[in-house]
Amino acid sequence: MRTPLSWLREYVDLPAGVDARDVAARLIRAGLEVETVDEAGADVTGPLVVGRVAEFVEETHKNGKTIRWCSVDVGPEHNEDRPSIHDESVRTRTRGIVCGARNFGVGDLVVVALPGAVLPGGFAISARKTYGHVSDGMICSVRELGIGDDHTGILVLGPDEGVPGDDAVPLLHLRDDVLDIAVTPDRGYCLSVRGVAREVAIAYGVPFRDPADVALPPADAPTSYPVRVEDTERCPVFVARRVSGFDPAAPSPRWLRRRVQLAGMRPISLAVDVTNYVMLEFGQPIHGYDGDLLRGPIGVRRAEVGEKLTTLDDVVRTLDEDDLLITDESGPIGLAGVMGGGTTEIGPTTTSIVIEAAHFEATGVARTARRHKLPSEASRRFERGVDPALPAAAASRVAQLLSELGGATVEPGITIAGSVPVPAAVEIDTDLPGRVVGVDYPADEVSRLLAAVGAEVTTPDPYRFRVVPPTWRPDLTDPYDLIEEVARLYGYDAVPSTLPVAPPGRGVSARQRLRRRVERAVAAAGFVEAPSYPFVGEAEFDALGLAPDDPRRRALRLANPISDEQPLLRTTLVPGLLATLRRNVGRGATDLTVYESGLVFRPGPDDAPVAPRLPVDRRPTDEELAVLESAVPEQPRHIAVALCGRWESAGWWGPGRAVSWADAVEAARVVGEAAGVRLRIEQAEQPPWHPGRCAAVYAEATLLGYAGELHPRVVKALGLPERTAVMELNVDALPVSDEPVPAPDVSTFPVATQDVALVVDESVPAAEVESALRAGAGELLESVRLFDVYSGEQIGEGRKSLAYALRFRAPDRTLTVDDTSAARDAAVAAAAERTGAVLRG
Amino acid sequence: MSAPNRQYDPVAVEPLHPDEVARMRDEALAAIAAARDLDELKQVKVAHTGDRSPLALANREIGALPPQARKEAGQRVGGARKEVARALEARQQELEAERDERVLVEEAVDVTLPWDRAPKGARHPLTTIQERIGDVFVAMGWEIAEGPEAEAEWLNFDALNIGPDHPARTMQDTFFVESEESGLVLRTHTSPVQARTMLSRRPPIYVICPGRTFRTDELDATHTPVFSQVEGLAVDEGLTMAHLKGTLDHFASSMFGDGISTRLRPSYFPFTEPSAEMDLQCFVCRGASVGDPERPCRTCGSEGWIEWGGCGMVNPRVLVACGVDPERYTGFAFGMGLERTLMFRHGIEDMHDMVEGDVRFTTAFGMEI
Repeated sequence: MRTPLSWLREYVDLPAGVDARDVAARLIRAGLEVETVDEAGADVTGPLVVGRVAEFVEETHKNGKTIRWCSVDVGPEHNEDRPSIHDESVRTRTRGIVCGARNFGVGDLVVVALPGAVLPGGFAISARKTYGHVSDGMICSVRELGIGDDHTGILVLGPDEGVPGDDAVPLLHLRDDVLDIAVTPDRGYCLSVRGVAREVAIAYGVPFRDPADVALPPADAPTSYPVRVEDTERCPVFVARRVSGFDPAAPSPRWLRRRVQLAGMRPISLAVDVTNYVMLEFGQPIHGYDGDLLRGPIGVRRAEVGEKLTTLDDVVRTLDEDDLLITDESGPIGLAGVMGGGTTEIGPTTTSIVIEAAHFEATGVARTARRHKLPSEASRRFERGVDPALPAAAASRVAQLLSELGGATVEPGITIAGSVPVPAAVEIDTDLPGRVVGVDYPADEVSRLLAAVGAEVTTPDPYRFRVVPPTWRPDLTDPYDLIEEVARLYGYDAVPSTLPVAPPGRGVSARQRLRRRVERAVAAAGFVEAPSYPFVGEAEFDALGLAPDDPRRRALRLANPISDEQPLLRTTLVPGLLATLRRNVGRGATDLTVYESGLVFRPGPDDAPVAPRLPVDRRPTDEELAVLESAVPEQPRHIAVALCGRWESAGWWGPGRAVSWADAVEAARVVGEAAGVRLRIEQAEQPPWHPGRCAAVYAEATLLGYAGELHPRVVKALGLPERTAVMELNVDALPVSDEPVPAPDVSTFPVATQDVALVVDESVPAAEVESALRAGAGELLESVRLFDVYSGEQIGEGRKSLAYALRFRAPDRTLTVDDTSAARDAAVAAAAERTGAVLRG
Repeated sequence: MSAPNRQYDPVAVEPLHPDEVARMRDEALAAIAAARDLDELKQVKVAHTGDRSPLALANREIGALPPQARKEAGQRVGGARKEVARALEARQQELEAERDERVLVEEAVDVTLPWDRAPKGARHPLTTIQERIGDVFVAMGWEIAEGPEAEAEWLNFDALNIGPDHPARTMQDTFFVESEESGLVLRTHTSPVQARTMLSRRPPIYVICPGRTFRTDELDATHTPVFSQVEGLAVDEGLTMAHLKGTLDHFASSMFGDGISTRLRPSYFPFTEPSAEMDLQCFVCRGASVGDPERPCRTCGSEGWIEWGGCGMVNPRVLVACGVDPERYTGFAFGMGLERTLMFRHGIEDMHDMVEGDVRFTTAFGMEI
C-alpha cells in the first residue's frame, strides 16, 4: 500500500517536526512493513513555473520535424527583455523557448522548466541552441514532470490554475512523501489510508479522525437502485446509490489525480478516479455502473456452468459454479469483488452512475481471483478482509465527490441489501498476554491497547476481558490474536532475553552420526561436495542408457516444474552429479572428484493412497496419520561420487595416474569403512556402467548400489571425459549399530608369512579366491593381501595368476614351520575346491 | 720385529727397549692423527694394532724376558698399546661424525617441493553450516529432526494453519506433485518436520530442523528454487517469547561472535502468533556504520541490522492440529534461510555460486565452517 503522507495528515495530527522517516520507523515498530519511503517530487528542483504562451511561429526543419518557436511569459521575476518573434522592432518581456508539441495555443497556461531546473531522472535544463534558436527552457509534458505517462503533448493548465511566474511545484502537487507498505495477510485494513492513519495515530498517541464518518441518508430514506442478493453468505451486505446529471467531460482535479497516481494507480477519468480514490482512502472496493446500460435489478448469485463474462480487461471468462457474479437482466455484468464487466462500463458519455459498495466473503473472492488468474486491487483487499461496515459510507462518499467534482445530482435514496455482520466477542484472561510474551503487562494497559485498535473491552470478572473486535479487524478471532496486538503495540523491544533450559537430549542420533561420518570420510578421501537440484528429465535417463522398464524411470512428476525438460524428481543422484562434472569441465577443470549426498524419490505403488486432507481442529487419529504416512513416497538418502581425469596428478615425482573404475569401487569401500561395515563387491552389469567394469556393492545380503567405470556410450552421449567413473550407494540401507565393538586380540608372538600364487580361470573374481583362502586358512590367519595379478603365456590362455601374501600368527605361542605350512595348505585347498585354483609351480 | 736369535740379554731385546716402545707408540699415534678418513684409519689400525704390528710383536717378546724383567716390560708395552687404542677410538669417532655430517648434507632435499599427488576433498558450506548449527543446539540439549522433501500437503500447509485458500498455496509458490489430487508437494519450508515431531512425541520438545526446501522461484543472483532452511521448535510448559529471544540471542552469538544479539519486529506468519521478523545485529560493524558515511558497512548496508529470519510463538491452532494441549503448553519457533545466512556470513555475492557445484567454490570452505 503506497500511502502519501499528506493524505495521512488529513486524518492524524502528527506532532510538529515529525517526518516520513520517523513515521515509517514507528510503523515498522508496530508491525507494518514499510519497505521504502519514496520522496516523490524531491528530484524536481526549480525554477519550475507557470508560463503563458505569448506568441509562436511554426517552423518545419530539414529533418522533417515541425517545431514551435515560442515566446512565453514566465512572470516578472524570470522574464527577459527580448524582441517579438513576429516583429523585431517590438520588445517583449518573455523567454524564447523551442517546443516540439503543438497541442496548445496562444494564451494557454503551461509549465515551464527554466534553465537551472532539474526534472525527474536528473534531467538538467539549460539554455541551449536548437533548431536555429537559443531555447531558454522547456515547456513540460506530464511525463517529463513525473506525474503521469502522457507524452503526446505538453501539459496545458486550466485558465484559472495560476498566473505566469507561479511556482508550479505546489500547483502540481509534485512534492509528497509516500510510505510503501508491504501489507501482511492479517492486516487487510492497512490496504487503506484509513487503516494506516489509525496505526499512525496509535503509534503517536494522537487522535484519529475516521474518514468513513460521512453523512448518510436517514434511516427512512427510500431505496435506490433495486438489488437482489441470492447468496447472502458470500455477500452479506450490498449497498447501491445513484447519481445523475454527471458531466462525463469534467476533469479530475489535479490533487485527486496526483494522489491516485502516488498510491500506485493510473488516473483515468473523474468517475473512475473517484471510485479508486475512495477505495484507497477507505479500503472498500467500489464499482461504478453506467446507469443507462444496466438492465433491470442488480443481482448477486453463483455462476452457472458454461456462463461467460467479458471482463473490463477484454478477456472472455468461462465461469465456474463457485464464482460469485453481479448480474442484471442481460446476464453476468461482473465478477463479484474481482472485476467488472464490459457491458455496463462507465464511458465518455456516462451521465448516470450506479455505485456499488458491497462486502464479499474473503475466501470466495480469493478462489475466483486465483481461478481466473485475475488479481485486482479489489480482490487483493477482499481476500485480506475488508471492513463490512463500510459500504454505505463508501458509496455515499463516492456520490458526494461525483456531485462536488462532476456536477452530478445525488439521488436521495440508498439501497442496503443484507446487514453488517457483527464480530464475535473473544474472552481472554487478563494475564494471558504476559504469560505468553514474558512481559508483565499491567491489566489496564492491556485493555487500553485493545481499545486503541478499536475493540470494545469489558470486564465480566476481574480476571477476564470480553473483547469485541472492531468490524475492520476480521483477523482478531481468538485470544492469541489479541496477545499479538498487545505485544506489538507495547513494543517487542520490551521482551527480555531468557535462555530456556531444555531437558537433557539424546544428542546426535546414530543414523545422523553415520551420515556425518560417511560424508566426512568421502570428502577426506579426496572428493568435493556438489549438491545439485533434484530435477531430472526423460532425456537424462535415455542418455544413461536405462531400459524402458528400468525402475529408475518410475519417478514422481511435478505439476509445475521450473523447466519442462526436467519435470521429474530424481531417482538417482547420477544425472545431477554428471551435469556438475560437465559444468566443471566446461570451466576448464580436467581432474575432478565430486560427490553428492541427498535424497532420491521413489514413487509408491500405482495404487498407493493419495495423501488425505486431515482435520485441523484436533489431532488426527493414528490410523489417519498412518494413511498419510503411507502416501508419502519413500525418500532414501544416497551418496554418489563421480570422477574423471587423473586421480594422481603428474609431477616432479613422475607421471600421474588416470582415474579408473577401481577408484569408484574404493570410494564405496570408504563409505563402508566409515559406516563400520565390511562391504561385499560382486561383478555386475547395470547401466549406466561399463558392462565389464561394474561392481555391485553389498552389505551382507543388502544391495547398496554400484560402482565402476561409465559405459563408453554414456560417456559419449553426455560429452564426458573418457573413462569417467561413478559410484552410488543407498546410505539409508547401511546398517546402523550402537553395539560396542569387541576388542581384537593383539598377539605379541612372531608372525609367519607365506606367499602363494594361485592360477585360476580368468572369470573367477579375486574376491572369491580371497574369501576361500580366508575360510580355509583357519584361525591362525592374520591377514591376506593380493600383491600381484599376472596373466601371460606361462600360465596359459584364459587363466590368471593371483599372488597372495598370507600372514599367520597364534595368540599363545610361536608358530612352527609345520603349523604355518598346514594352514597354508588348508587355505590353498579351500581355494582349489571353491574356485578351481591351482598352486603355481 | 723380532731380533735374530742371539744370546739372551734382556737389555739387548731391542723392541722392548723403552725408547723403541715410545717410538712405536709415537709412530702409531702420528699415523692415527694423519688418517684422513675411515678407510685410512682402518689401514692404520691394521698396521699399528693388528697381529703383525710392531707393538703386537713387541708384546710377544715379553715372554722371552726373565721373569723379573717381564713386569716392567709388560707395563711399558701394555701402556703404549692402550694409548694407541684410545687414540684410535677417538679418531674413529671423530671421523665417523665427520662422515655422518657429510652424508646428511649430501642427502638434503628441497622440502618446499609440492606433493599434491592425491585429490583434496571438501564439503559444501550448506552442509557444514547445517552441522554447525545442529551442534550449537545439541549442546543445549536440543535434538536434530529431519523429514521428507516430498511431503503431504496437510503437513506442509493445513496442520500449520495455512488453510486451503491461503495465497501461499498457489502454483506460483509451491511445486505440486502430479496429479494435483496426490496431496503431495515439495515442502516449501522445513516446518512440516515440526508438525511431524509434535505428532510423534510428547512435550517437552526442543528440536532443530535443517533441510532442503523448494519454491517455484527462478534461479538468479539472490533466488533459487531449491534452497535450505533451518527451523527450531520448542514446546514446553511456561515457554514465552522471552525464551524465544534468549534462544535467538544465543544462536546469534554462537554463529557470529560473542555479544551479537537479535531484534524482533512484529510480523505475520500463519503458524505463529505473535509473529516477528528477526534481525541480526551486524557482526561486522556492530552498528558503528549507522549514520557514519565515513565507515560504510557492506554487510548490513550501514543499517546496523541484517534481516535474518522469522519467528514467533506457535499458534495454538497448530498445537491443536498436532495433538498438543494449548492450555498446558506453549511453544516458540523460528526459521531462517541458510543460503542467505551464508551469503552475508561469508560475503558470497551470487546465488549461482552456491548451486552450480563449481569445485573451486566448495574447496575454499574446507571440511568445516
